[in-house]
Amino acid sequence: MGMSRRQFLQGGAIAAAGVALSGKPAEANADAPVTRIKGLKASTTICPFCAVGCGLLVHTKNGKVVNIEGDPKHPINQGSLCSKGSALYQIAVNERRLQKIMYRAPGSDKFEEKNWDWAMDRIALRMKETRDKSFKVKELNKKDNKEYVVNRTDGMAFFGGAGLDNEECYLWSKFARAMGVGQLEHQARL
Amino acid sequence: MTNHWIDLKNSDSIFIIGCNPAENHPISFKWIEEAMDRGGKLIVVDPRYTRSASKADIYAQVRPGTDIAFLGGMINYALQHDLIHKEYVREYTNATFIVGEKYDFKDGMFCSFDDQEKVYDLKTWAYETGPDGKPLRDLTMQNPRCVYQQLKNHYKRYDIEMVCSITGTKMEDYLKVVKNFCATGRPDKAGTILYAMGITQSTHGTQNVRAVAMLQMLLGNIGIAGGGVNALRGESNVQGSSDYGLLFHLLPGYLKSPEFDNADLKAYVEKWTPKSSDSKSANWLGNTPKYITSMLKAWYGDNATAANDFCYDYLPKRMGSYAYDKIMTKMGKGELEGLVCMGMNPAVGGPDSGSARTALGKLKWLVTVDLWETETSIFWKRPGVNPKDIQTEVFMLPAASSVEKEGSISNSGRWAQWRYKAVEPVGQSMSDLWIIDQFFKRVRNLYTKEKGAFPDPITKLSWNYGNGHEPDVHLVAKEINGSFTKDMTIVDKDKTLEFKAGDPVPMFKYLQADGSTSCGCWIYSGSYTKDGNQMARRDESDPTGLGLFPKWSWCWPVNRRIIYNRASVNPAGEPFNPKRAVIAWDGLEKKWKGDIPDGPWPPMKDDKEGKYPFIMLPEGHARLYALDMKDGPFPEHYEPVESPARNLMSGVQNSPGVKIPKNVSSDLAKFPFIGTTYRMTEHWQTGGMTRSLPWLTELVPDMFVEISESLAKKKGIKKGDKVRVTTERGSIEAMALVTSRLRPFNVEGKQIEQIGMPWHFGYAGLATGDSANLLTPSVGCANTSIPEFKAFLCNLEKGGNKA
Repeated sequence: MGMSRRQFLQGGAIAAAGVALSGKPAEANADAPVTRIKGLKASTTICPFCAVGCGLLVHTKNGKVVNIEGDPKHPINQGSLCSKGSALYQIAVNERRLQKIMYRAPGSDKFEEKNWDWAMDRIALRMKETRDKSFKVKELNKKDNKEYVVNRTDGMAFFGGAGLDNEECYLWSKFARAMGVGQLEHQARL
Repeated sequence: MTNHWIDLKNSDSIFIIGCNPAENHPISFKWIEEAMDRGGKLIVVDPRYTRSASKADIYAQVRPGTDIAFLGGMINYALQHDLIHKEYVREYTNATFIVGEKYDFKDGMFCSFDDQEKVYDLKTWAYETGPDGKPLRDLTMQNPRCVYQQLKNHYKRYDIEMVCSITGTKMEDYLKVVKNFCATGRPDKAGTILYAMGITQSTHGTQNVRAVAMLQMLLGNIGIAGGGVNALRGESNVQGSSDYGLLFHLLPGYLKSPEFDNADLKAYVEKWTPKSSDSKSANWLGNTPKYITSMLKAWYGDNATAANDFCYDYLPKRMGSYAYDKIMTKMGKGELEGLVCMGMNPAVGGPDSGSARTALGKLKWLVTVDLWETETSIFWKRPGVNPKDIQTEVFMLPAASSVEKEGSISNSGRWAQWRYKAVEPVGQSMSDLWIIDQFFKRVRNLYTKEKGAFPDPITKLSWNYGNGHEPDVHLVAKEINGSFTKDMTIVDKDKTLEFKAGDPVPMFKYLQADGSTSCGCWIYSGSYTKDGNQMARRDESDPTGLGLFPKWSWCWPVNRRIIYNRASVNPAGEPFNPKRAVIAWDGLEKKWKGDIPDGPWPPMKDDKEGKYPFIMLPEGHARLYALDMKDGPFPEHYEPVESPARNLMSGVQNSPGVKIPKNVSSDLAKFPFIGTTYRMTEHWQTGGMTRSLPWLTELVPDMFVEISESLAKKKGIKKGDKVRVTTERGSIEAMALVTSRLRPFNVEGKQIEQIGMPWHFGYAGLATGDSANLLTPSVGCANTSIPEFKAFLCNLEKGGNKA
């Protein structure tokens, strides 16, 4: 018989209550957290949701994530997590994660699978075409009716970054400005 | 945050306005509760009785968009009852500065407004200066034109009766809030203010923030342990993404992106380097030339020389605003060909998202980089449209998750913390670092091989991150930290320091304006030094006991955990509160002890070397009176653009600098209720990262709207019924959640109901639902363009299509 998560949680609550009453940890079994992570490799990470910056431990086995939990040594969260942080495991292990490069042609009603080389070459081509077409060396300022050198690409916009790492944000910023993109914006504006 | 999460435990009074940390930053409550266990009080001011409110000692209801009235009344109360921290106000704020004769304020308008352009002439608000160029001051604060008197005069109109009739707050509740929080004006008491989008998402959002900051200045609460102006940031690295300049008006480190008339580096530096003729002012941003030159050296390497202006010409120059709302308007008109979204989802996350979805269909090409299918990447097959009618070419690229790559993120307290790669990315997904690297390398290849518009900014860009499959993230982090480009000898006080070309820069103090240093982002200088990666540190020691944890990770600037901490001591360098000393001057050793001080100089009283504490402003004093806000030197109450009330404070209904779009309406016959949007623990932002997680979707599977028991009764709605909510922009259906947590507001004697709704839902993912942002207006703050998501007008009816 299958067990729903709700039933499982109820069971967990009863087990936890048992511990609280007896004051002793329940006997370890195959599902007990201690047994589950014993001898496994653990690395530290920081939660990708809000900006409290809680620490977590990621346990892996044979190159797969098998458990994620709060880092008890982290001074901010001291091991505790909220419902989102506790669910980080389901980001790492989730069948809905995108695994392939998908392309939708103009007017098409479906995505088609492509490879990185194909997609990246085509994106680079689109970026270059748009940049070449919309690049403004000079722009007229209507207030003083004078032309100014602006070296700017107005045909495209780059969005995003609040979910990226700092080093990624830095390269994104550097790349955008080298492309002449003035229209660089992200979640902080919203 | 000026302070950081753990520091909340040091507070005597925690004032939450415009955020809901128990719901949206749950672990922060560990430290709020620690403060309460030590006798601290919790105040929550919110339109709704939130999870945070349920834990509060004092709760007061406030109508959305009336925060300036609420806070202005507190400023008035503190001034009238003389509860301010006088020494702090006199020495550390601009209360003593004399304002020029031209400044004036009459019936809701500051002086010199250009009615056609809808802008003020900011020059008329300047300080009066002496022959030496220094602002004139009156240390007795009696001069009728000094900031203190102007402030008193401006806010005397904000008496408790007036305030409560605007905000709808019960007077007894308001008084409890004011009395408790203003009691932290004593030197031995600390009060902190926590806020988030409830303060910023408003047509006067920046002035809301200013009102928060001004109250803290008056009470002497900035720079101290348990104090501060603390914005609770909502995304794991929205601090870092802002730090690295991913906004149209910025470059990394909050340097300004060049404007069209900053024709060369000299003109840029002239425009953006603040000046001060006061030797006691550190005027830290006077170092701007060093920071911009070092950034250009990091970007263009050996190609950047003094002779070619360090390649300054390669940077794009802006003319006007390219804020999010402006870009979406242009996109809607078909003026944009391409858009790249790195983990951003404008089909759900922006205001008036129905228009945003239509605008996406005007693009020639769209690239989305995300862990999931998002509403943006599948906008062309969204409900109600025929894909054949949409000609946008879409590339949906799979990105690695945070446990599948290595790098740092910066939390709300500015701690840059290192994350490690636990496993390989799933399937063919790749890190954003690899994806950006590929964008660049392939575009560069094209420009190297073929002709094109001004290729030099791309072909000459310095991009040396190793020869691996993806860029070496440590090399990127080192470039951000900065290094010497030649052998250098630097004399620092009594020390002579020798550096070799290539050595990391120890901190931004050593950056130069002549090209001898490179640094990608000056505020992160010191994060990756010769001692290694400071962001990866895990030393659990806390020598002060204040929870600074100085050797855990690294925080900008220069690992200073509480910024403006020179204001936590009196001019002699003695802590205002010795029991919670952030820093203290040791007169014998002639050095500061405790946190890293805001600059190495001796205390302010030192005649030769002492400096004012607010080092980022040219006058060195915190601004009770601002010189550079587009909508006035003092925050003034205006109504939200869609409001059920007339402005009781003046004849000016809305903030004068705000341009109002066509699709807004304050017709109460059509839209009789106040709508407001918010977040919840179980979901996050546009839902991409949560609505595909079974555990979380089981907890909150459906889009819902919260309504009061009184509205439910009037409309015959029961919990779980389908309802339809409509605004001038659009219409959604959702499940009704009838709750006593929501109560109507008293607006000029009438009861106006509120409708609360989360904005996490959309048509992609495992759990789907209508997006609240189909309802919200695309009208933003006069200073920042942040949209007014928190206060709009709507209608609600029982039933929907599926009812």
